[in-house]
Amino acid sequence: MSRTSSKHKKTAKNQASGTGYWANAWFRLKKNKGAMISLAVLILMVLIAIFADIVSPYPYDLQNADHAFQTPSKQHLLGTDNFGRDILSRIIHGGRISLLVGFSSIIFAIILGGLLGALSGYYAGAVDNIIMRSMDILMAIPGMLLAITLAAAFEPGLNNVIIAIGVAEVPIYARVIRSSVLTIKGQEFIEAAESIGASDARIILRHIIPNCMAPIIVQATLGMAGAILSVAALSFLGLGIQPPTPEWGSMLANVRQHLTTYPHMAVFPGLAIMITIFALNILGDGLRDALDPRLKN
Amino acid sequence: MNNNNLLEIKNLTIQYKTDNGLVHAVNDLSLSLEKGESLGLVGETGAGKTTTALGIMNLVPDPPGIIVGGEIQFEGRDLLKLNKQDMRKVRGEKISMVFQDPMTSLNPVMTVGKQIAESISIHESLSRKEAERRAVDVLEMVGIPGERFNEYPHQFSGGMRQRVVIAIALACRPDLLIADEPTTALDVTIQAQVLDLISNLKNEQQTSLILITHDLGVVAEICEKVAIMYAGRLVEYGTLGDIYNHTRHPYSIGLFSSIPSVDGDEKRLTPIPGLMPDPINLPEGCSFWPRCNRATEECKKAVPALTESEPGHWVRCFHAGLEGSSYKNDASNKNETSKQDDTSKKNDASRKGPQTHAEYADTESACKFLGSLVSE
Amino acid sequence: MSTLLEVRDLKKYFKTPSGTVHAVDGVNFSIEEGKTLGVVGESGCGKSTLGRTVIRLLQPTAGTIIYDGRDISSPSKEELKVLRREMQMIFQDPFSSLNPRMTVKDTILEPMEIHRLYDGDRTKQSEAVLNLMDTVGLARRLANSYPHELDGGRRQRIGIARALALDPRFIVCDEPVSALDVSIQAQILNLMQDLQEEKNLTYIFITHDLSVVKHISDIICVMYLGQIVEMCPSKTLFKQQYHPYSQALLSAIPYPKVGVKRKRILLRGEISSPIDPKPICRFATRCPHAKPICFKEEPTLVRVEDQHYAACHLQKESQPYELPFPEDTVEIENK
Repeated sequence: MSRTSSKHKKTAKNQASGTGYWANAWFRLKKNKGAMISLAVLILMVLIAIFADIVSPYPYDLQNADHAFQTPSKQHLLGTDNFGRDILSRIIHGGRISLLVGFSSIIFAIILGGLLGALSGYYAGAVDNIIMRSMDILMAIPGMLLAITLAAAFEPGLNNVIIAIGVAEVPIYARVIRSSVLTIKGQEFIEAAESIGASDARIILRHIIPNCMAPIIVQATLGMAGAILSVAALSFLGLGIQPPTPEWGSMLANVRQHLTTYPHMAVFPGLAIMITIFALNILGDGLRDALDPRLKN
Repeated sequence: MNNNNLLEIKNLTIQYKTDNGLVHAVNDLSLSLEKGESLGLVGETGAGKTTTALGIMNLVPDPPGIIVGGEIQFEGRDLLKLNKQDMRKVRGEKISMVFQDPMTSLNPVMTVGKQIAESISIHESLSRKEAERRAVDVLEMVGIPGERFNEYPHQFSGGMRQRVVIAIALACRPDLLIADEPTTALDVTIQAQVLDLISNLKNEQQTSLILITHDLGVVAEICEKVAIMYAGRLVEYGTLGDIYNHTRHPYSIGLFSSIPSVDGDEKRLTPIPGLMPDPINLPEGCSFWPRCNRATEECKKAVPALTESEPGHWVRCFHAGLEGSSYKNDASNKNETSKQDDTSKKNDASRKGPQTHAEYADTESACKFLGSLVSE
Repeated sequence: MSTLLEVRDLKKYFKTPSGTVHAVDGVNFSIEEGKTLGVVGESGCGKSTLGRTVIRLLQPTAGTIIYDGRDISSPSKEELKVLRREMQMIFQDPFSSLNPRMTVKDTILEPMEIHRLYDGDRTKQSEAVLNLMDTVGLARRLANSYPHELDGGRRQRIGIARALALDPRFIVCDEPVSALDVSIQAQILNLMQDLQEEKNLTYIFITHDLSVVKHISDIICVMYLGQIVEMCPSKTLFKQQYHPYSQALLSAIPYPKVGVKRKRILLRGEISSPIDPKPICRFATRCPHAKPICFKEEPTLVRVEDQHYAACHLQKESQPYELPFPEDTVEIENK
């Protein structure tokens, strides 16, 4: 008896030591090599962006006409641009802007879209109709076009770029959250919460929102990739971050005249965008698998 | 065992590989079924009933499932050794399966008649017209008017859909029908219709039947033999009379005493204490000992063998001979030894035994009140 | 003993694109304190809607609900919150009725938090949670587990503990054991009976399982398409039924005994629709004894015997169905 019961106790202990939902998801994510590598790459990028001033070999705006158009060398690992600025340093500083804009615009979109989606899903009826039809109108305009219009209407600048990109993403989050609220609203535990006298606010905040986190996180990871691309595109068109502040997209834009002669100037910022987007997408897919409740045993 | 056997399962062992460990779904299971015989496979969630059925059909999902060992002799061939093509022929033509949920086993965008005709023409080379004529026959056989041939599944009620599923399963006159909880999703009155249908068809067509269920009542309706499974093992096997009137395994006894009876007058039920063991972490020895009131040191050490207590009545218990027949005796003799965390308290309460309740008098007054509500 | 709950002519209709669904249509009953009213019927007969309307999770379309002498048909928000402390519900599905992101402890604690029991004192509340876990037979070590780590039986115990957290007097149990295995089902039924005795609880017990309803109820209502077709003390129902539907229902129970021969009444014909039903007997289309009058008039629930009520035009003519009680009608088949 003692032998088996101790075995039982052990499993019970493992249980009791609290494997919550997130711990389980993390456990599953850890097994996904691609996602973990992507996560590591992204963390590294964030760290580099945060400590850009320390990490980068040169100030990003240090011009040196003598060294313009240099190909990669020992002094300038990734070469220099048309003003003789160190490309590596500019990519490192540019990452700051790209990641910041990508992250903030998604947060903006989640908060606004989440609120609209939750209201629309929970109250249904007329509220739902009004909100979702306006979202449909927003959706009917291509996101990029909307961002360009908004960015052109405001003065170019960091905050306005964030808002322009965020607004274009709002309907996506509103839809994702509305549909998960609708699913969750139909479950018995919401009825159970009503039967113990919980208020609407409490039901939304404690019972509905925590249960829609999974699709939001997945969508946010994938959306961030899109947002970074949008920033690059806006900057490429001259509507985003203004020079001399480095940004991956505007760096690409600068190369236009020199592309055939000095391809390295385009290759490295392009690679930086590509790696980030790729990592975010792989991580997003990994998160979707890890958070998918259908995989729960 | 004799040569009349249509199906003979020997030492079948099926496991699932999961992240948390190896799930011992079916352990060393041996069973046989004669031609035209019907067997009820009874057990609770996780007992391995459905896995056994999937094993017979060679449909155990792999991964994560692996058939570790054993053989399944069907008409003299080992189904586990057949190649994919031969196995596909056996499925449907020789063995058919009916699943629990009539909603998901039909294709929603295909008419019911077409679905039946299709399953006929897969196995028999018939012209389309002939196949459709056969499909109408089959529909009428399960009590659905032939005019409904061109209707879609959503136009049918739940009971009718399940009858359609059975019609499809029987379309090729299989030798063996495996029905996995065919009536669990249905209402009682509809269940009665479906059970009636199954037992009529069984008698008419001499089809052998394996009925998987957790409902001992359903088994008593249409089966001749009963096999009771617990934690992947067969614990008791015999005729209906053996199992229902001379129950021997303590788990089977517990199952019977857990069901509230329609004719009896018991005030309290006598449940089996504790929970089903984790199939990843089965207790050593007999898997039932932690919940068993007969458990001795012996039970904790070795798995008891399936032994014949009377001719044709097999029991897997060291103490099967302990006492006589009816589960009722056992329930009153219940001697609580289990130390299971969740239930020990409640079982203490159950030791109080039947109490006399003076409730009935109050019920009468309640009913008198009702008189004032309704017209007399 | 006093009447705790009285329901008069209760109606709950739902508007749908294809018409009005009469989910509950003119239901009358009353329950004494400490007793169990069993509501039995097949899927779609409105039994769950009835339970939800009675504890005011749904607003009734018409009718009166009198709880403990007060009319609770249209309470204000404050009144409703007070009512919640008295009336609770245990749900069918132990999987979807618990919030997957909340631990056992949080789930049981939440009602106390909402109603500020123990003056909002967190330590006292936690103590109460642990005591409740003892009461329903959940090991204290599971307090920080999440529902998905537990089996169905334990989950249902959490649901029961949550319903008990506010110390209610009246609980609607909506198929609380239907999703459980038989051995676990028996544990939960015993627990519910113990709690009833201990706390003098009043139950409405909704189920489709006739043997369970007989076991636990004092009075049984048989529902068919939104209406009560028969009502009587539970023991009486299993001896004699006056409504042909109850007869068919009882004859259809699979019987876990060998050698019991009985006649089964198989129902034929289409189930009539609960959408805008005609004022005729709703069972008439399937009834083996239907007469012209059944297609003309709607029967009302009338007394056919002491304490026994049925809604059928023909109770005098249809043969009361008798269950084969082993002591009188059993024939053992000789095999």
